[in-house]
Amino acid sequence: MFHKSGKKYAALIFVISGLIQGLAQAMESNTTHEYKLENGLKLIVQEDHRSPVVVTQIWYKVGSSYEHEGITGLSHMLEHMMFKGTKTLKPGEFSRIIAENGGRENAFTSTDYTVYFQQLEKSRLPISFQLEADRMRNLVIADEEFLKERQVVAEERRMRTEDNPQALAYETFQATAWQTSPYRNPVIGWMADILHYEPQDMRDWYNMWYAPNNATVVVVGDVKPDEVYQLAQEYFGPLKPEKLAVLKERPEVPQRGEKRLFIQDDAKVPYLLMGYKVPSLVDSRKHPEMIPEQDIYALEVLAGVLDGGNSSRLTRNLIRGQEVAASAGAGYSMMSRLGTLFTFDGTPAQGQTIDKLEKAIRTEIEKIKKEPLDVGELERVKIGVITSDIYQRDSVYYQAMVIGMLETVGLGWPTRDEYVEKVRAVTAERVQAVAKKYLIDDHLTVAVLQPAASKKEQQLSAVTSR
Amino acid sequence: MTRKIISFLLFCFVTITHAAPDIQKWETSNGAVALFVAAPELPMVDIRVVFDAGSARDGDKWGIAALTNAVVAEGAGGMSAEQISEKFDDVGAILGSGSLRDMAFVSVRTITEKKNYDTALEGLATVITKPDFPQAAFERQKRRTLIGLQQKKQSPSAIAEEAFYKALYGDHPYAHPPSGDEESVGQITREDLVAFYNKWYTAKNATIAIVGDLTFEQAKQAAEKVIGELPSGEPAPCLPPVKDLEKEKVIRIHHPSSQTTVLIGQPGMKRGDPDYFALYVGNHSLGGSGLVSRLSNEVREKRGLSYSVYSYFLPMREKGPWMAGMQTRNEKVEEGLKVMRETIRTYIDQGQTEEEFAASVKNITGGFPLRIDNNSKIVEYLSMIGFYGLPLDYLDTFIDKIKALTVDQTREAMKRRLHPDKMVTVVVGGSVEKTLAGQ
Repeated sequence: MFHKSGKKYAALIFVISGLIQGLAQAMESNTTHEYKLENGLKLIVQEDHRSPVVVTQIWYKVGSSYEHEGITGLSHMLEHMMFKGTKTLKPGEFSRIIAENGGRENAFTSTDYTVYFQQLEKSRLPISFQLEADRMRNLVIADEEFLKERQVVAEERRMRTEDNPQALAYETFQATAWQTSPYRNPVIGWMADILHYEPQDMRDWYNMWYAPNNATVVVVGDVKPDEVYQLAQEYFGPLKPEKLAVLKERPEVPQRGEKRLFIQDDAKVPYLLMGYKVPSLVDSRKHPEMIPEQDIYALEVLAGVLDGGNSSRLTRNLIRGQEVAASAGAGYSMMSRLGTLFTFDGTPAQGQTIDKLEKAIRTEIEKIKKEPLDVGELERVKIGVITSDIYQRDSVYYQAMVIGMLETVGLGWPTRDEYVEKVRAVTAERVQAVAKKYLIDDHLTVAVLQPAASKKEQQLSAVTSR
Repeated sequence: MTRKIISFLLFCFVTITHAAPDIQKWETSNGAVALFVAAPELPMVDIRVVFDAGSARDGDKWGIAALTNAVVAEGAGGMSAEQISEKFDDVGAILGSGSLRDMAFVSVRTITEKKNYDTALEGLATVITKPDFPQAAFERQKRRTLIGLQQKKQSPSAIAEEAFYKALYGDHPYAHPPSGDEESVGQITREDLVAFYNKWYTAKNATIAIVGDLTFEQAKQAAEKVIGELPSGEPAPCLPPVKDLEKEKVIRIHHPSSQTTVLIGQPGMKRGDPDYFALYVGNHSLGGSGLVSRLSNEVREKRGLSYSVYSYFLPMREKGPWMAGMQTRNEKVEEGLKVMRETIRTYIDQGQTEEEFAASVKNITGGFPLRIDNNSKIVEYLSMIGFYGLPLDYLDTFIDKIKALTVDQTREAMKRRLHPDKMVTVVVGGSVEKTLAGQ
């Protein structure tokens, strides 16, 4: 390994920051505009005039972490039903109209939000607004359509989770790590819950959460912000706001000791998942005295040091180096609405074991706690953050994602503009300190997926592989 | 009232033509095809180098193309994998690589700040022109490949795809999986990799595509810097033509899954195929247009049988596959299979309806700007145009070629090219009896 002097990196960072400021000036017309309609709908418009296209995203503040036992996955199924017609549109017509206009559309649900999007040639923005405004308040959930779609959702769950050993392990891992936090439930819902939803559950859920005062509309593309605002007033303006339910606090109870679980499935390759309970940026905003903001950015940097590129520690030391892992990763999502997990996952290399892999990961964590980071290593992560900030501007979709996510979890989109500076301010000492403060065994859950195919099954699959 | 406004909007759009990017094409000093599009809006550059060195060139060493591609960045120009990865990470440059049936690529994305840009280009050049194939790195990647092969056996869709290609292509080089199998990968040596690299990673077998904030002169210099030191070599010989299927084949494979995956298909078309546009539009309303397609309507919307159902042509150097697929719970597989087959047969017999044709044309032409709305997409188009020798006005004339089609042409092309009586059907899942496995 080579040791690089910090000075060289400092100079490089300075140069790149200059570039970013230059870029910001050059793109001055591409500023972000925020509007609020009288009915509470928030509109955020970001100009990007590189191509004659526009992306619209409607972000609703509802997702699986808003649900309770027995109705898990309801937000996700509602996402499906949003394509099934309104008072004026027949089922499927939404998609047909977007398709005829050359649009691409889809939707996704997460723990913290449900998002609908269309990408269109820029002059067709009114179509997207009209259709989205319509289904924000006028959805029709017909029994027959509902029952068919319930089967489709069950198939989706089989495809994504039941028949995918690693996904099944991940779901079980989350359900074990979290005791009272709603993050314990899968976004798609438990199968029994899916099969027992009633149409009225869905109607109630829709009426409760789908309203202008619970939505953020994000538009990025070749548009003029004031014109978009006028369009929004025209289409979304007449919608009635809803008296929104107050979400009850469901904090995770303190974890008092490491949890371990074993999952046996028809897998061929073992898989390890580890997760430490850590706060998110939202937690820090709520309790800055206990969780200083710099802790959050330091955890973000820590994830980069461990798994931020080909030179990061897990790849360098576990995949290369000791050759104990065929794959290894670390992850942290600072933008979660609730407390989250700092995760590690991996598959052992050929001839290695889960035990050895877990020990190797724990050794990497201990090293972070005991030995200060190499200056070069820290600066490399920062340069990665700065350059990614530029690369991400190549995609209007991604730009809209960042804005929508920050708004919907309650951080506000201007957080985006602080990100690079705050990452740059993270010190090596802080990274070491957050590893010591948060990556502690009492807050750890370890899940092991163990291949459990019968011998007969193994023989059969050996035949079928050729 | 809402519907009125929508209809109005639908019909009042004037034809908007969008200039496709201005493509510069030239040949590097050693004979590689080079293409460039200037994109001055962002201070970044994407470079993608594509070789005719995919698994179709594996010969009897299945998996060697993928392994070679995976090891080039694991040691080059005397630098170790650590040094190479630090070189790129130090300047925030992103190195990419990958290998398919037709092609293998190595790519980089960097900012244009001189130091970063120079380092990224130098790194890319080293990896492409001077790989050392260190023995230890080779062994490690080989073992990782073997784990990957094990992992594929957990996935019903991966098992189905492998069986599908095998049945479709017989002894053609497209038949085997790009990652090889345990036996073939186990026998590959470091010397094999070196020989494969020397044979196929040459200038005349390469296309370099560049998109970013550069002048044409700078792009030319970049191309020379990145691949100028490759030997000229020779273009890869033609692949053998793909034989049509002579009769229907049904392959059933047991897998302990709650769903059964179904794939139906046959050899489809080449890149640059004279029927390309007719077949693209012809398939679009069958299974290429997402939720509004005929297959989606029959299988998902009407019957709730599957989450994902689709059909597509994958044009390749020689005939790539046409395939339709879905997955449904085990007890419903016979119903799903019947609906799929009947829908495909009826559609090919009768052709798409006038309405379907019109809707597809509108979707494809109206959505054209979305195909080229960022640098990532443009650099992929450039490398495709260069690699397959498509005309430089491919993007400029795309909309016109779609608009010039008639429904009779798409119906005729689909009927002439797709043969429901001679298709391969692969069924993988818990609905298949174990005793039938491997049949």
